[in-house]
Amino acid sequence: MLKFICIRILQTIPVLLIIATLTFFMVRLAPGDPISNEKTVPPEIRANLEAFYGFDDSLWVQYLRYMGNLLHGDLGPSYKYVGWSVNELIAQSFPVSLELGIYAFIIALLLGTAAGVVAALKKNSLADYVPMSFAMAGICLPTFVMGPMLVLVFAMWLGWFNPLGWTYWYDRVLPALTLGLYYSAYIARLSRGGMLEILSQDFIRTARAKGLPEKIVVLRHAIKGGLLPVISFMGPAFAGLISGSFVVETIFFIPGLGRFFIMAAFNRDYTMILGTVLFYATLIIILNLVVDVLLVLLNPRMSFD
Amino acid sequence: MSVMPTDIPENDPAPEIRAADLEEGTSLWKDAWHRLCQNHLAILGLGIFVFVTLLSIFGPFLTPYSYETTNLAYGPRPPSLEHWLGTDDLGRDLLTRLLHGGRVSIGVGFCATAVSLLIGVLYGAVSGYLGGKTDAVMMRLVDILYALPFTIFVILLMVIFGRNIILLFVAIGAVEWLTMARIVRGQVSVLKTREFIEAAVSLGLNQRRIILRHIIPNVLGPIIVYSTLTVPAVMLLEAVLSFLGLGVQPPMSSWGLLIKEGAEKMDVYPWLLISPALIFSATLFSLNFLGDGLRDALDPQSSTD
Amino acid sequence: MPLLGVQDLKTYFHTRHGTVRAIDGVSFTLEPGETLGIVGESGSGKSVTLYSLLGLIPQPPGKIESGTARFNGADLLNCSLQTLRGIRGKQISMVFQDPMTSLNPYLRISTQLIEPLMVHERINKKQALARAIPALEEVGIQDASTSIHRYPHEFSGGMRQRVMIAMALITRPQILIADEPTTALDVTVQAQILELIKQRQKDLGTAVIYVTHDLGVVAGFCDRVNVMYAGKIVESGSTSDIYYRSQHPYTVALQKSIPALHQKGEDLYTIPGMPPDLVREIPGCAFAERCEYARDRCTTTAIALKETAPGHATACLRTQDGEIELGQED
Repeated sequence: MLKFICIRILQTIPVLLIIATLTFFMVRLAPGDPISNEKTVPPEIRANLEAFYGFDDSLWVQYLRYMGNLLHGDLGPSYKYVGWSVNELIAQSFPVSLELGIYAFIIALLLGTAAGVVAALKKNSLADYVPMSFAMAGICLPTFVMGPMLVLVFAMWLGWFNPLGWTYWYDRVLPALTLGLYYSAYIARLSRGGMLEILSQDFIRTARAKGLPEKIVVLRHAIKGGLLPVISFMGPAFAGLISGSFVVETIFFIPGLGRFFIMAAFNRDYTMILGTVLFYATLIIILNLVVDVLLVLLNPRMSFD
Repeated sequence: MSVMPTDIPENDPAPEIRAADLEEGTSLWKDAWHRLCQNHLAILGLGIFVFVTLLSIFGPFLTPYSYETTNLAYGPRPPSLEHWLGTDDLGRDLLTRLLHGGRVSIGVGFCATAVSLLIGVLYGAVSGYLGGKTDAVMMRLVDILYALPFTIFVILLMVIFGRNIILLFVAIGAVEWLTMARIVRGQVSVLKTREFIEAAVSLGLNQRRIILRHIIPNVLGPIIVYSTLTVPAVMLLEAVLSFLGLGVQPPMSSWGLLIKEGAEKMDVYPWLLISPALIFSATLFSLNFLGDGLRDALDPQSSTD
Repeated sequence: MPLLGVQDLKTYFHTRHGTVRAIDGVSFTLEPGETLGIVGESGSGKSVTLYSLLGLIPQPPGKIESGTARFNGADLLNCSLQTLRGIRGKQISMVFQDPMTSLNPYLRISTQLIEPLMVHERINKKQALARAIPALEEVGIQDASTSIHRYPHEFSGGMRQRVMIAMALITRPQILIADEPTTALDVTVQAQILELIKQRQKDLGTAVIYVTHDLGVVAGFCDRVNVMYAGKIVESGSTSDIYYRSQHPYTVALQKSIPALHQKGEDLYTIPGMPPDLVREIPGCAFAERCEYARDRCTTTAIALKETAPGHATACLRTQDGEIELGQED
């Protein structure tokens, strides 16, 4: 297993280098720069700024300098937030996104698997139709529809929550639901399908023929294989949670990394864009690795080779 | 073997053998159509989608208003007899903007799906057909790309190359081809070991001809199914981008943009949020049901996930 | 008194295409320690009979419409699920057809093997494991104390079936139901598994119900045989009755189609026609339309299993009435 993880991490390095290079040149090819964004900059200040950020060097020198710093884990200064480094901005805003992501993930996983498993066990009954109708509706209500709708109903009409902000504990409720419900709907459908598939297997009949109580049949014999599709889905789900966080943090004005990234995109804050893309790429690659390891650990027929 | 409980024909038998048989191709499609017709939700989905599409294409000719001419004196008004869905804060008729937005959203959905289809099918077919080391390398590349945060790349592309709608098609299509490539590759690598392909090879047909005449027609089922499911995924991505302000720009209109505008003003003009959210969700809903129905009809072996 | 007495069992499947009368009035008994064969071709209802006894029919679409099954003072078909669970795997165990899919691929052999002990005898894991290892050795698994911790996919098909047998017998049940346990295995392995079941039966005194489509297997193995066709028992008797004094044309046809009884190069015998569609109501003998002895009344008159000699019953009108003589001893 250790070997598998090491190999995967080694494979990651060239991937990240390629991403860094591509992103760097793509960003530099773009018309406009962060300085010209500030409406009227006197020429001498502009020259000073360019010198400060190293824009007066050739592109190759800038590239090599950037990559050199990257090797030390230094993502450079932000062009927009003067005096802040990208590392500092990420360090400050990512924990907020992480907290939101964890709540949403827990909601998605618990609600999704519970609904899916119950629906599979009570196939073609009310306990199947009701949650699965909600799941279908959930899939058709993406975060940017669900979010404003929840705000409209629970914050504006009912007044239970603040429509935006990230100050009090109850400010977490609507954003976490907005982000989590969509994936819980997906997971509910996946786990129902997986459980139905497993429950029709011969070995479930064997387990029943042994006189095992239904609780053990489900929890010991069916769950493990039945929820494998959910585990496989986690990779895409993590990526989805990240792009979902852009939307949710924008809707609720949450000071997370997602909102900083979108603002950086608007402001052409090159280093911030580059840094965030690399950070997200690394994060997703690591999470995918965790998912792959989990898949092998849960499925004895797979091995790390 | 004796009659096992699972042998009792609950569904029509899967046309596993027939699917591989070109001679009976027509009866396969007839079968599939028949099965689809029995799936009321899928037919409902098809109906809704055709209705919404026709409305978006022809509707703008029928409304007496322009989607971009503002009428500040008129201002935002709730639904009325003159403006069935009300007007926005610039006095524009929401129904007209909604129908125009439908053109853009559905157009993006189809064009980007076509792009992803082209790349994915070619890539997957070549990989699956060649097999061996080429296949391994090509699929490993897909695996690596899978792990990358693609929404972020689309955002990046939109930032760099301006918010150009044609580019949006290409950018989205270019990131949505991975699953298609995997599906096609899987089908092709199974198909090419089947007897009728071997027969074609032994007849000395050249590879291009074998791929075009024998393999592509046989993987058409899964491709249709997955395309139907790609359209809503693409529309979702476009809507997310427009919602974040990185996609379609005003005074153009798209459903994501209208939802964004509605969400910004929902505290005072809730009707601006509700109708775009409803029509967008209804369209996603219809396409998802249609896709599920098509999968059951065309590819009965695959489980629902 | 017999160990198990099944009376008038009917199991129907209610499907979209109509009601399938998978089992339509089956009665038989099983004595302690004896081996009963149930023979029939695919779709004859032999497996469904046994699944019905243990409540393993998926419901819906399946439903046990009528019948009783007396076992140790309980009625298997009408008792609570709680009672049935206490019997399953404890007093009546089952070995299934396909060992490749009948063991849970996600759990270690040890976990699966000790489950019946832990559920039925309420002993702890350590004690259960101490009994499971010798149980594996008894079915001929090498290095039982290490291989018990393996996963099913690390064993061959034959080995997995041995594990299934160990698992079924670990609680020393009174009845072992073997549902075509050798069908999915290689021919050489088949003989070993049969021998193993016979051996373990001798050791433990277990009664065995052996389900197969292969009349040849039954010969050397069973004391008595029930022949099933289209959800009914058409002939029942001792193994030698069935072999040498067969009283039903279907049994005779089955015998004729055993490949081993054919000369090399000779065409194999096949029974003409197809088994009937069980959705359709069959007023008379279900075999009549494929039967070379059939007369008009065979398709119209209701028939029942009737003893023609002590312990030997047939559901053929014409042999019951002495009109035809089949299976003369030669």
